Amino acid sequence: MIWNKTYECMDRDKMTSLQSERLVKLVNYSYENVPYYKKKMDDIGIKPSDIKGIEDLNKLPFTVKDDLRDNYPYDAFAVPIGDIVRIHASSGTTGKPTVVGYTRNDIDTWSELMARTFAASGVTKDSIVQIAYGYGLFTGGLGAHYGAEKIGASVIPISGGNTKKQITVLQDFGSHAIACTPSYALFLSEVLEEMGIDPRKDLNLKYGIFGAEPWSHEMRAQIEQKLGIRATDIYGLSEIIGPGVATECEIQDGLHITEDHFVPEIINPETGDVLSEGSEGELVFTTLTKEGIPVIRYRTRDITSLNYKKCECGRTAVRMKKVMGRSDDMLIIRGVNVFPTQIESVLVSITEIEPHYLLVVDRVNNLDTLEIWVEMSDNLFSDEVRRVEQVRAKIKDEVQSLLGLTAKIKLVEPKTIERSTGKAKRVLDKRKI
Amino acid sequence: MVNQLSVFLENSKGRLSQMARVLSDSDIDLLALSIADTTNFGILRMIVNDDKAAVKVLKEHGYTVNLNEVLVVVVPDHPGGLSGVLDVLADADVSVEYLYSFVSKPKESALIVFKVDDVPLAIKELQSKQVSMLSMDDLIKSL
Repeated sequence: MIWNKTYECMDRDKMTSLQSERLVKLVNYSYENVPYYKKKMDDIGIKPSDIKGIEDLNKLPFTVKDDLRDNYPYDAFAVPIGDIVRIHASSGTTGKPTVVGYTRNDIDTWSELMARTFAASGVTKDSIVQIAYGYGLFTGGLGAHYGAEKIGASVIPISGGNTKKQITVLQDFGSHAIACTPSYALFLSEVLEEMGIDPRKDLNLKYGIFGAEPWSHEMRAQIEQKLGIRATDIYGLSEIIGPGVATECEIQDGLHITEDHFVPEIINPETGDVLSEGSEGELVFTTLTKEGIPVIRYRTRDITSLNYKKCECGRTAVRMKKVMGRSDDMLIIRGVNVFPTQIESVLVSITEIEPHYLLVVDRVNNLDTLEIWVEMSDNLFSDEVRRVEQVRAKIKDEVQSLLGLTAKIKLVEPKTIERSTGKAKRVLDKRKI
Repeated sequence: MVNQLSVFLENSKGRLSQMARVLSDSDIDLLALSIADTTNFGILRMIVNDDKAAVKVLKEHGYTVNLNEVLVVVVPDHPGGLSGVLDVLADADVSVEYLYSFVSKPKESALIVFKVDDVPLAIKELQSKQVSMLSMDDLIKSL
């Protein structure tokens, strides 16, 4: 179902003029209300009046994750804190998270966009929807919650984890749809199989709304086959709004971007040049209507391409290809964004020296695993097992408290982690996504 | 008081023999050794005839090596011999972190390596109870 035909099926020329009109306003608004945008634009000699429409977008400076971190916690907000009704946060590239604030209007927009997402995935007002994304600072849980409620579906806010309870609720509450990470969906299907529950016969499940991590077409086929459902890929990031930035339709040929609120561009990640339609490159977003934290040309670091052709589903909104890569070293492990530098900061604080380490990421029984290899050094070593084990436990605890992820810590002999010329190799990702 | 070397080893095939080769290639003699292992790694502790040379050559080969002070105690080789020594330490509130015995066993006594939390106190107490300990020189002479 198409939730909002006016915007999702808008004629391309009309969409462009709507975007132009909104962009001009957004640029003025950001310049006047966010000191770092004023500074960024002043630095390159661009005035808000230079931006007359969407064709001038590439005159504007980029925003990167570090810009938001440098303005931690509230300096990127364009409104006084009194006008903010919700705060979310995502992990940053170092210890400090990236904080985002929403006004009442932002929350309404977000709910509208997530309603479009759920409608496109097959959910209606008569559906029972189990939200198994984490509720909390992470945007997944509450973002999905508000969208499903807006449609009028019956929402079960079960949050993430606790597989046994998830299955009981699937069985007893008769959920028609589940929203969670794709790897968790696959994990659920394995547990159901072990328990002798046949999703086709024993459950009412028809739709899955999956996002927050990259997954392949093969993985989709597997989830759809095992659970007997239609699996929809959704895309979003908290810096832009959270989930609701883009979603697949029933055609499953790219994700429709909610273009009336976010303008996408594809750039060459090395040069920053805007690439032509269909080229693969880094996805960049400008928010058109955000009030709490407007973002101009935000570099997502996700690699994809754009397709402006009208979709068979009837939507005209531009489609982005399934994201399959990054232009930086961010990892997504069990839905959690992990930068190697975060783990490095934990190691430095414990070892007091620049450690040699390797993050080994794998997928075992459909769940991501993280192993951190740390080279032994004189100041970590002791002749007593107890003390060496304490070091291991400390690294594990600090990683857990920083990222909320359980990692296995493996201490290895010095010089056994491969040294590469230039940039150190910090990650071995064995997952076949 | 004797210097003990400890070396970090990964639990993988061939690691111990590689390290032993590094020492033998430099003509370093092992007098005592013990391995503490976990599922993940092992700590090899040893007493050698030339600790400075051993540390140097092991570091050159990239090993993580620590030097610690341990006691080499001459324990009478009869039932109750070890417990007598342990009692002396326990009465003085000295904790034994670990212990292991020597490879060779001269005369009627066993040589046991003690790692304790308070070395000076342990030495004082053991001496006062006439428990004998060997120095590095004694060890080398006994070879």
